[in-house]
This record gives sequence, C-alpha cells and structure tokens, in this order.
Amino acid sequence: MIAKKAMLIDITLCVGCNACQVACKEENGLSDKEEQILSPTAYTVLHEFNGTYVRRMCQHCVDPTCVSVCPVGAFTKTAAGPVLYDESKCIGCRYCMQACPFQVPRYEWDNNYPRVQKCKFCASRLEKGLQPACAEACPTGATKFGDRDDLIREAHERIKAEPEKYVNKVYGLEEVGGTSILYISSVPFEELGFKTNLSKVPLPALTWNALSKIPTVVAVGGVFLYGVWWITNRRTEVQQLEAKLKEMDDRSNGHETSNP
Amino acid sequence: MKQILSKITFWKATAGLIFTAGLYATYVRFVDGLGASTNLSDDFPWGLWVGFDVITGVGLAAGGFTLAAMVHVFNLKRFEPVVRPAILTAFLGYTLVILGLMYDLGRPLQIWHAIIMWNPRSVMFEVAWCVMLYTTVLALEFSPVVLEKFKLTKTIKLIKKITIPLVIVGVLLSTLHQSSLGSVYLIAPDKLYGLWYSPYLPFFFYISAIAVGCAMVIVESFLSARAFHRGLEMDILADIARVGVVMLGVYLSFKTVDLIERKALGLLFLPRYETYLYWLEMVVGVFGPMILLAQRKFRENHNGLFAGALMIVVGFIINRMNISITGFEGWAGKGYFPSWMELAVTLSIVVFGFVAFALAVKYLPIFTHAEHEELSPRGDEWAKDLQTVSQLR
Repeated sequence: MIAKKAMLIDITLCVGCNACQVACKEENGLSDKEEQILSPTAYTVLHEFNGTYVRRMCQHCVDPTCVSVCPVGAFTKTAAGPVLYDESKCIGCRYCMQACPFQVPRYEWDNNYPRVQKCKFCASRLEKGLQPACAEACPTGATKFGDRDDLIREAHERIKAEPEKYVNKVYGLEEVGGTSILYISSVPFEELGFKTNLSKVPLPALTWNALSKIPTVVAVGGVFLYGVWWITNRRTEVQQLEAKLKEMDDRSNGHETSNP
Repeated sequence: MKQILSKITFWKATAGLIFTAGLYATYVRFVDGLGASTNLSDDFPWGLWVGFDVITGVGLAAGGFTLAAMVHVFNLKRFEPVVRPAILTAFLGYTLVILGLMYDLGRPLQIWHAIIMWNPRSVMFEVAWCVMLYTTVLALEFSPVVLEKFKLTKTIKLIKKITIPLVIVGVLLSTLHQSSLGSVYLIAPDKLYGLWYSPYLPFFFYISAIAVGCAMVIVESFLSARAFHRGLEMDILADIARVGVVMLGVYLSFKTVDLIERKALGLLFLPRYETYLYWLEMVVGVFGPMILLAQRKFRENHNGLFAGALMIVVGFIINRMNISITGFEGWAGKGYFPSWMELAVTLSIVVFGFVAFALAVKYLPIFTHAEHEELSPRGDEWAKDLQTVSQLR
C-alpha cells in the first residue's frame, strides 16, 4: 500500500516570491508569463490578501468530485494521491468544472478542440521518488511535501506549539471528505477566500444517493407498469368478450323466436 | 389572400434570417472554438446551450412518454388521437438535444466514448445512456407512422407486437432521464442558490416534466390546428390539462415541504435578484396555470386552455434556466448572458424543430390517425377464448 502523499502549505511562511509558479511552469512546459488567476497555462497562482499570500491549485481531494462526475472516466485518482486528467477520453462536457467545489479545472476556451487543465501534483516526479516542482522550489518551506498522515500530525503540532499565532484549523483535513493539499494560517480562512462552509461529506455521495436508486426504480417501475397494463388490458378484453357473447345470445334468441 | 401571403413571407424571412445567423455562428463555433462564439468562461462553464438546448429541451419532450403511458399502459384509449403528435415532439426534441450537444461539447467527435468508457458513478453517464436508449425507443415508437406512409404492413405488425414492452421501457428510461437531469445538480450544494438546490431535485424535475409534457401536447395541438386548419379535440385536451394541474399541485406541495424542511422559507422574501426570478417562475408556471386550468370555464374554453398550457411551458423554461444559470450567478460572483451567436444557434435549433414538425404533420399521418387498431398481443388467443366460452355454455 502506497502512503497517500500530500502538501502542507503554511500560509504564515509564504513571502509571495512566486517561485512555485515559475517552477511549475517550467516543469509543465507552460508559457512563462506571470499569472494571478488559475488558467490553462497557470496550474498554481498566489492570491494576495493584505500582504498575506495564499497558493491556489488543485486540492487533489481524497474522494474527488471530478473523478465521480466525469461520464467517460477521464479523471482518475492515483494511489499516491494525484488526480489526473486524460484528454484522450474527455468529451468536453465540462461537468467537472461545474461540479468542482474549489473551482479548479480550467478550460482552453480559445482552442477548437479544448482540454481541461489543472495541477497534476507532478505525478511523474512522484513516481520517480521526487517531490513536486513547487515544493522543491519553495525557499521558505511554506510548501512542504510528504505523507498525508505525517503532514496532518505536523500541522497540528505547529498549531499546538504556537496557538497564539495560528488559527486552530487545518484546512483540507475534512473539507469535502479531505484533500491532499492542507493549509494552516494565522488569518481566519474565510478572510483569505477559502470556502469554509463546505460539507464534510464527499460530494460524490450526494449524486450516488440518487444513482443507487436506479435498479429499484427500474424493477419496481417495470413491474408496476406491466401490472397496470395487464389489469387494464384484461378488463378491456373481458368487456369485449362479454359484449360479443351478449350479441351471440341475442342473435340465437332471435333465431329461436323467428323459427318456432 | 394578400394578407396570408405577406404573413407567410414574414415568417419565412424570419426563419431565413435566424438560419443565416445560426450558420455563421456554427462556423465560428467549430473553427475558432467555444471562447470565440460563446460568453462561457471558467466561472461559468455551462450556459444557454446546456441550460436550454439540453436541460430544457429534454423536459419539453416529456409529452411523449406521458401520453404513451396514459394510452398504452393505463389503457385510456380516448387520448389516442394525441399520442402521435406527442411521440413526434419527443422524437424531434431528443434529436435536437443531441444536435445541441454537438455544439456544446468541447470535443464532439468523442461523444461516442460514453458507449465504451464507463463511469457508473457519474450522473452524466446515466444521462448519456438515457439519451442514446430513449432516442432509439422513440424512433421505434414513431416508426409505424413512417411505415404506414409506405404501406409496409409486415414491419408495422412486428413493431405493434412489441409496442407494450417498448412503451414500458420508454417510460422507465424517461423516468430515469428526466429525474437524472435534476440529479446532475445534486453535486453542487454550495454553488446552486438555496431556492433551487434541494435533495429532491430529481423528483422536482420528474414531476415538472410530466406537467410540461401535458402542456406541450396542448400547445402544439393548438398551433398545428391553426396552421393546418384542422379541428381541435377540446374534450381530450381539457382532460390532459387536468392531469397537468394535478402534477403542478404535487410539485407545489413538495416544493413547499422542501423549503420548510431546509428552513429556506426566508429566502422567498429576500430582496434579491434570485427571489424575483423565483417568483416569476412560480407565478407564471405554477400558480397562474393552476388557478386558470382548475376552473372548468377556462379549461374548456379555447383561449383559456391555450393560455394556461402556454403559461406552464413558459414557466417551465424559466425554471430550468433559473436552475442552470440564475442559480449559479451568485456563487460565480458574476452574471452570464448568452452571446448573440449562442442565441442564434439555439434559435436555429428551435426553428428547425418547428419546421420539421410542420413538415411531418403535412406529409405523414400524424393527426389524421388511422382507426384504432387492436394492440393486444393476445389478439389470436382472444378468438380462442371466445370459442371456449361459447362451447362451455
């Protein structure tokens, strides 16, 4: 069993140098212009809130919404943690974009055969035993790569060691069932653009609730409809039969009276 | 005469104009991409083409399964005269939904992937399969009309034999499909505005689809009666309107229970953009037609019936647009209005639907229905029954 990988982002340590984005763009061969908003050419960006920098990127959810909603299974969750996209399967319905609770997937709107783009958690580097390019490039240790369980423990330890500095919350621990990107901060998360009222249950459970009823609907519905047809049809048949018999009786009675 | 001529040319000119704009938009869409032709963005990945062409379009086609179930399963044979137009609408509707999908999908050439690349956890996967299977069922259900035209009696007999299973499969697929379009939005509890997000979305989509299916049958009967100068089956249509009213009643009561359960009643009175559009949808599509059509004097009156049915259709469209677009604007933090090219494509598809319907009515036996034929697959046994019973006596 491969240990689930994760990244711990300590917002208090980030100085906003943007080395993560530069390294990311180099690793993925993207245009090297500096970007502030996630795009098909920027898998990670820094958002600034009064001098505090927050890294935005794919959260690589433990039970990812995008993986569940894709009709053709173009998204997969790998054992190590990365959520990956396969453009050769994608039909371009954009349900992943509509459904992602973190609004991460970006679309190549200017391409006439577009792809969805997002952070790949440097899956190919992870396979080689390397850490993601952004974590390697981070000069302050604001982004730290490791096993998810270890990083969760470390996050709690850091908060415990300096409770007056940190907000007592590890973001990503239980949001939509947990994510691979964990954040700790000295500023309340809702002031940094985080969605803090996300459900604790993985979102795929909501649609599965409806999908799992399909067999019942088909079985009960099928029997019900066939039963209704059988009864109504039989009733019509009996009525027709009775009418016919009555007609025959009338006719034979008529014959008897006319031929005594 | 002159008046009629000018009227025809006006409609033809309008249709021509729309098709020309649609054709140009088609070119831009497939050559330059979705970015150049639409107002879609990463914040608003689904717009008019999903909201109207697919989500609304499938709903408007619901008359097909509703009427087929009423006549063939519940054996209410007096509704028979309107089954064919209902099936035709459904078949055209689904065909146009697929056409609309080809515009909206980013990679339309890979649409067939859903056949071999399965993800049963995805509602969209269920939607894809329902579209494929139900369109096939509709083609089969509609085929006798075309076969009659060419007098292929043997094939007709074959299809008639499987009518009942076909209708039952069609009703099941429609039930799954109409409700699954609501399930699509279950995944977005934080994004879709509270007046519309509900764990009952699949149920609401299903019930409202039956109501609008009934209304569509009435509306298209009126329109084709006007266009082709034929009589109206007022008594039948008035009864179909009653079914619609009952469905609206069920919808309204569950919607109320839902708002109470989610403690969302307060949202009904917040001075917000969403509130106004919600009330618009409810007044036009639910309260208005319910009050109107529940009264016999309006229901059995020519104009009253048409107005009531049209209100249900318009209210339904507003509801689906609210769920697919309005309800997401608050979360996205920005508005969305379709580009003229999106509108041109959607209008072209609608006009195309009207033209196809008119042509079908003109050249195929849609309203001029053949004498009711015995649908019972037990036709031969029936004669045997008769013999046995008469011998016993």
